[in-house]
Amino acid sequence: MRDVHVSAITDAVKKLCIEANLDLEPDMLRAFDGALRRERSPAGKQVLQILKQNAEMARTRRIPYCQDTGFVVCFVELGQDVHVTGGGLDDAINDGVRQGYREGYLRASIVRSPFDRVNTGDNTPAVIHVDVGPGATLRIMVMAKGGGCENRSKYKMLTPAEGVAGVKEWIIECVKTAGPDACPPLILGVGVGGTFEKSAILSKKALFRELGSPNPDPQLDALEKDLLDRANRLGIGPQGYGGDTTAFGIHILTYPCHITSLPVAVTIECHAHRHKEVTL
Amino acid sequence: MSVTAAADGIKEIGTPLSDGDVESLRAGDRVRITGVLYTARDAAHGRLLPLIEKGEKLPFDPRGQIIYYTGPSPARPGDVVGSIGPTTASRMDTFTPSLLGLGLKGTIGKGYRSQAVRDALRAYKGVYFGAIGGAGAVLSQFIKKLSIVAYEDLGTEAIRRLEVEGFPAIVVNDCHGGDLYQDGVKAYAREGA
Repeated sequence: MRDVHVSAITDAVKKLCIEANLDLEPDMLRAFDGALRRERSPAGKQVLQILKQNAEMARTRRIPYCQDTGFVVCFVELGQDVHVTGGGLDDAINDGVRQGYREGYLRASIVRSPFDRVNTGDNTPAVIHVDVGPGATLRIMVMAKGGGCENRSKYKMLTPAEGVAGVKEWIIECVKTAGPDACPPLILGVGVGGTFEKSAILSKKALFRELGSPNPDPQLDALEKDLLDRANRLGIGPQGYGGDTTAFGIHILTYPCHITSLPVAVTIECHAHRHKEVTL
Repeated sequence: MSVTAAADGIKEIGTPLSDGDVESLRAGDRVRITGVLYTARDAAHGRLLPLIEKGEKLPFDPRGQIIYYTGPSPARPGDVVGSIGPTTASRMDTFTPSLLGLGLKGTIGKGYRSQAVRDALRAYKGVYFGAIGGAGAVLSQFIKKLSIVAYEDLGTEAIRRLEVEGFPAIVVNDCHGGDLYQDGVKAYAREGA
């Protein structure tokens, strides 16, 4: 067994939360440059240029890229030979969120109950997903998930007969309904298969793959490229002002499913795709 | 007139706005706004509604004014404000027609407005501007002063008075029925989508 003290987890989460909000990952910056080379719309180009400038300003001036500094969604891959000491894993993660959001001047956007809607004041709690597997390391992946785009995420239970064609139509429909509300250019995380909740979790996890990298499954890779091409023919464009860059990427994860089912979950992510990870 | 065309083709807008100012704006116009904006989003609108229904005075006089749908992140010491981009406007759709009825002239946000809001923009001479969602760091540079007007307990959702200089936006829905989102898709949609 390898001991990992909770203070190391809290420290790591705190830093990930702050840096995610101030320093976009290189895959996003490359996506802006790629889109600027292809975009025909002057208004769309201008939006992309301002977003690049925004990323630079966030990094250098330490002002969050977006004022919605997100709901912290945390995926943990916990090696089964790791022994977390000094407290609970969830508490350690939430302590990291609390410290990160206070010290980083990040916005508190979480209410304690969906009904009384009183702000918790420190952006806790996070949504935490833990997978246990072999090994003696602890991988922590953090996403600061914006609310505006999350509100346009969708789920549909298709029939097996609807098949891949039905899945494709549904995903394009999701891009259309998200439209300008969700701050395009979008990234779509898609979970296909499993059960109701499994597909939704996969749709979030799919977003952690590096933007622009191929899907390791060649068939899914072809499907993603086809869908991305179709999404970018819709004309919605950056911010919905019209243009060729409606989405930066569509990432699909699948899971075996029941003979009766074809569940499809689509997490809509905006261009403020803030994600960081560390392995302890 | 507090709308004038600058040499770079961008319209300079000064607040407050008159009916004539609003009528001169067309979907797709790029603008720079100078003057005062009031911030309000979900929770603040929830508190304004009962006041409007009872005909009571609001914490600010909406006549001629612009509401910016935003909840800024906290300012670092020495800064006026933190990140301050727009939030999704459609969540305020149910409140907007009655505010326009009280003389509000503009709103700034991102995303589609309902048919009821677009109808109210025509009926009351109002305009809906889009600001670039997710460009909160850049947009913070145009905010020169900030004070809290009401509902401080709501934190980021309090009503704030912003003094802005050259705040960049684009006309999404004008008072003539023009809609930038529809025009944009028409212009750039391609076969095979």
